[in-house]
Amino acid sequence: MSDLKDEIIKEVKKFRQSVIDPIIESDDENEVFRMEIFSQLGELGFTGMTTQESYDGAGLGYTDFCYFLEELSKSSVPYAVTISVSSMVQSIIQKFGSDEQKSTFLPPMARGEEIGAFALSESGSGSDATNLKTTAALEGDNYILNGSKLWITSGGIAKTYLVMARTGENGPKGVSAFIVRDGDPGFEYGKAEKKMGWRTSPTRELLFKNCAIPKDRLLGHEGDGIKAAFSGLDAGRITIGAISVGLAQRALEESVKYSLSREQFGESIFNFQGLQFMMSDMEVETTCARLCVYEAAKLLDAGTPSTKLSSISKLKASDVAMKVSTDAVQVLGGVGYTKEYPTERLMRDAKVLQIVEGTNQIQKLVIARSIKSEYN
Amino acid sequence: MWFFSEEERQLQEVVRDFAKNELLPRAEHHDEEETFNLEAFKKMGELGLLGITADPEYGGSGLGATAATIVMEELGKVCASSTLSYLAHAILCINNIDKNASPEQKAKYLPKLISGEWVGCMGMSEPDYGSDAIGIQTRAKKEGDHYLINGSKMWITNAQYADIAYVYTRTGDEKKDLSTFILEKENGHFQFGKPIHKMGMRASPTGELIFDNAKVPASQLVGEEGDSVSHMMKNLDIERITISGISLGIARACVEQSVRYAGERKQFGKEIGSFQLIQKMLAEMSTETEMMSHFLYSVCKEYDNGTQGPAVAARVKLALPKMTTKIALDAIQLHGGYGYSREFPLERFMRDNKLNEIGAGTNEVMILIIAKDLLRESRR
Repeated sequence: MSDLKDEIIKEVKKFRQSVIDPIIESDDENEVFRMEIFSQLGELGFTGMTTQESYDGAGLGYTDFCYFLEELSKSSVPYAVTISVSSMVQSIIQKFGSDEQKSTFLPPMARGEEIGAFALSESGSGSDATNLKTTAALEGDNYILNGSKLWITSGGIAKTYLVMARTGENGPKGVSAFIVRDGDPGFEYGKAEKKMGWRTSPTRELLFKNCAIPKDRLLGHEGDGIKAAFSGLDAGRITIGAISVGLAQRALEESVKYSLSREQFGESIFNFQGLQFMMSDMEVETTCARLCVYEAAKLLDAGTPSTKLSSISKLKASDVAMKVSTDAVQVLGGVGYTKEYPTERLMRDAKVLQIVEGTNQIQKLVIARSIKSEYN
Repeated sequence: MWFFSEEERQLQEVVRDFAKNELLPRAEHHDEEETFNLEAFKKMGELGLLGITADPEYGGSGLGATAATIVMEELGKVCASSTLSYLAHAILCINNIDKNASPEQKAKYLPKLISGEWVGCMGMSEPDYGSDAIGIQTRAKKEGDHYLINGSKMWITNAQYADIAYVYTRTGDEKKDLSTFILEKENGHFQFGKPIHKMGMRASPTGELIFDNAKVPASQLVGEEGDSVSHMMKNLDIERITISGISLGIARACVEQSVRYAGERKQFGKEIGSFQLIQKMLAEMSTETEMMSHFLYSVCKEYDNGTQGPAVAARVKLALPKMTTKIALDAIQLHGGYGYSREFPLERFMRDNKLNEIGAGTNEVMILIIAKDLLRESRR
C-alpha cells in the first residue's frame, strides 16, 4: 500500500514539475486549458483511478485518489478539479448506468481521451439544488431537454455531460439524470465564465433548446436523478479536501523557502518570530486538515462513509487553504503579490474551494443536521 | 462621519459622483486589461483633486488628511487601482514636494503635477530593501555641480507613466546618509525597467526605475544631504492613513453589495438574507466597517490638528487593510459562484485590497513599529 502511495506521489511530482510548472503562470493569465496535459495524465493512469479495471480504470480507492489529487494540486488546482469531476461522473455512471452505458461511456473517460462534466446547478438553484428547472420530456424514442445549467466545470471541453433535469413533480423526486454528449442536437454552450481563479479550467453555461437525446441515455430510472447526483457527494467533498490540502502545502512550501532566502535587516526573515509563528500555524492547520481528509477517505474506502466527516474535511481543508495561501502572500510580501511567484495564484484558486461542492455554509448545515441526530 | 465639516461633506458628494461617472464604467475593463485609466486621472486634475493637500499658492487645495482620506474612500469604493495611482501621485509625490522642497522647486513642479499635466511617483523600495527601507543602496555621488545616480527602485506605482519621480538615494556610508532628489524623465534622470504583473491593483501600473549613471543637477536635491530620513518620517503617517482610506472604501462597497444581494437572491424559497448565517456575515462586516470608519477618521482629525500620538497611523494601517481582506473574502462567500465571477466586482475588491496589507509597510512592519512604541512607553 505505502509503496503505491510513494509511487503515485513520485510520478505526479515529476510530471507536474516538468510539464505543468513551466506553463501554468501564462496559461492562468491567458485562461488556457490543454487537453494534452489531461491526456498525458490519462496515459499515466490518473484519469480513472476509482473506475473499475474492466472499464479501463485503475480500480483503486479514494485514499489513493486523494494522494494523487493532493500532489497534482501543488502545481495546478484546475487540472486536479477537472480530473476529480470527470472521475465523479464515472463513478455515478458506474453505480447507476446500464451495462451498455458503462461500456460505451466509461472507457474513454477512464483512459483520459474524454472529459466528463457534471451539470446540476442553475442560475436560480445553487445551494438549493433540488429546485432545478431544466425539463426533460419523453417523446417517442427521445427525451427532449429544455433549460440551462450554470457554473459547469469543464463546460465546452467535456464530451460526456451528466445532466439533472425534471421529468416529474416539483422537488427532488421529480428529477432524473441523463447522459448528454457534446454535439447532441439542440445542446449548445452558453457564455464562458470569467473567474477570479481556476482560470485554466473552463466554466461554462450549458443550453438545451429542444435538445433530443435517445431515451437509453436516461441513467437508471426516472426520478433517480437526485439520488444519483448526491451519491457522489461524500467522495466529491473528500476530493475537494485533498485538493485544498495540496494547495495549502504548496503555499507553505513557498513561504518557508522564500523566508529562508530573503534577507532584511541583515538576516534571513525566517528568523523573525512574527513569521515563524505564522508558518507554524500554517503547518498545524494543514496537518489537521490532511488528517481529516484521509480519515474520511479511509472510511469511504472501507464502505462505511461518514457524511459528517466528509463535510468536516471539505469545510476545514478549504478554510485552511484560504487562510494559508493568504498568509503565504503576506510572507512573501511584494513578490508574493506578483505573477512571478505562485502564491497569488494559489490564493485566487483557494477561494472557490469554499464555494464549490456545497458552499461552506451548506457544510455547516450538514454538520449541524448530523450532530442533531447524534445527540437527540 | 458626524464630525465632517460642510466643506468635507461637499467634497464627499463631488468625489462620489466623479467615481460613479468616470471610474465605475471602466473599472472592470482596466483591471482585465491591466491598463491605466489616464483619462480619469487627467480629470482628477481638472476637478482639483490631485493637489488636495498642497499649498494653494501653487494650485493646491490646502486640505489635510481628513479630506484626502475622504477622496480615497470614495474612489476606493469603485476602483481601488485608480485610487492607488492617485495616492502615489497626490500623497507620495505632490505632498512630499509640498512639505519638503524649496519655493523654487515647488514653483517648478507643483502646478503641472497638480493640474495633471505631469504624472508623479515616489521611489523608496529596492529589490533587496523593502521592509528594511533605511538600508537602500541606490547611490548618488556628487561631482562638481551635479550628482551621478546609479541603482534601481522597485515596486514603483505609476513608474511607467511618470514624468517626475521623488527619489531617495544613498549619499554616504553611515546608515542614515540618505538624500532626496526630484528627478525628471524628460532630462533622462531615470529609465523604466520592466512592468510588474500583479494579482490585483492591475489598473495601477507598477514598475522599476533604473538609474544608469544618471547625471542630475545639484539643484534637484531636496533640502540638504542627509535629509531623507526626516522627509520619510514626515510623509509615512499620511501615506498609511490614506492607503487605509482605500481599504475603508473597499469594505463599504463590499457591505453595500452584500446587503443588496442578500435581499435579492432567493434559495429554498426565501431571500438568503433571511438565513441567520448570512445575517451574521452582514452584521459583522457592517459593524467592522463602522469601527474602521470611526477609528480612521478620528485619527485623520488628530493628524490634521497635529495631536496624533506615536504609532497611531501604524495601528490604523495594521487594522484596516487586514479587516477589509476578511470582509472582502466574506462578501465573495456570501455571493457564492457570482462572487467568484469576474463579472461581479467582489473578487476584484479582494485582490486589490490584499496589496494594502503589503504596500506602504507590511502588516509585519506595522507590528514592529507598534511594539517598539509600546515597549518604549513601558520603559519610561
